[in-house]
Amino acid sequence: MSPSLALFSALAAVVVCGGLGVVTRKNPVHAAIFLVLTIFGIAGIYIMLEAEFLAAVQVLVYAGGILVLFLFVIMLVDLEERGRLPRGPLGMKAPRMAVVLALAGALLLVLGGVWATLPDTAPGASNALRADGGNLETVAMVMFRHFLLPFELASVLLLVAMIGAIVLAKPKV
Amino acid sequence: MIPLNAVLAVSAVLFAIGAVGVLTRRNILIVLMGLELMLNAANLSFVAFSRLSARPGMTGQIFPVFIIAVAAGEVAIGLAIVIALYRNRDTVNLDDVNILKG
Repeated sequence: MSPSLALFSALAAVVVCGGLGVVTRKNPVHAAIFLVLTIFGIAGIYIMLEAEFLAAVQVLVYAGGILVLFLFVIMLVDLEERGRLPRGPLGMKAPRMAVVLALAGALLLVLGGVWATLPDTAPGASNALRADGGNLETVAMVMFRHFLLPFELASVLLLVAMIGAIVLAKPKV
Repeated sequence: MIPLNAVLAVSAVLFAIGAVGVLTRRNILIVLMGLELMLNAANLSFVAFSRLSARPGMTGQIFPVFIIAVAAGEVAIGLAIVIALYRNRDTVNLDDVNILKG
C-alpha cells in the first residue's frame, strides 16, 4: 500500500467515523464536534486531491462559520438537553480528553497530507506550487471567466439569506 | 495516486450516513448537520471527478464553492427558523412540530 493510499484510508476512516458520530450522538454539542472532525477529514482529502483552495474554503466556512453558528444556536435553544450530560467516571474529563485527542489526530493527518503530497510532484512543479500558492490562480481564472454570473448570483443569494435570517430570528416588536 | 472508486465510495458512505441522520433523528439541529454531511459528500464527488476522472478539469473545483455558499445560506436560514420555532413552540423536536399535519 503506497503512503498516499494509506493516508487516504486514514482520512476516510476519520470522515466516516465523524459522520457516524454526528448522527448517533444524543447531545447536539457532541454531534457538532464530530462534524468538525468530518470537515477536517474532508479538507485533508481535498489537499490530497490537489484542491488546496477548496480545502482552505472548507475549513474557513464550515469550521469557522457554520460550526460557530450551530454552537451558538445549540447554546440558545437546547438548555434542557445540555443539562442531561452523561457523566463519565472522571466527571467530564474523559470525553473532553477524547475530543482533544481526536482533533489533534485530525490535525496531524492534514499535516501529513501536505507532507505526503508534496514529494509526489517533480521538484520543479513542487517549487511552482509553492510559488503561486496552490491552485488559487487556476481557480480564479476559471471562476471569473466562465462562472462570473453564477458567482454574482451566489453573492446575491448570500445577501438575501443574511437578511432573511435576521428577519426570521428577530423577536417580535 | 488514489483510485477514483475509493473516493467515490467514501462519498457514498458519507451521503448515506447523512441521509440516515436526516431521516431518523428527531432533533432539528442534528437533522441540519445531516444535511451538511450530504452536501459535503456531493462536494467530495465533484473534487474526485475533477482530479481523478479520465478528463480532469477545473469545473469540478468551482461547483463545490457554490455548493458551500448555498450550504452557508441554508444553515443561516435553517438556524433562524430553529430560533423562531423555539421561541414560538418551545421545542426543537420535529415530532412536536405537526401543526400542518392533516
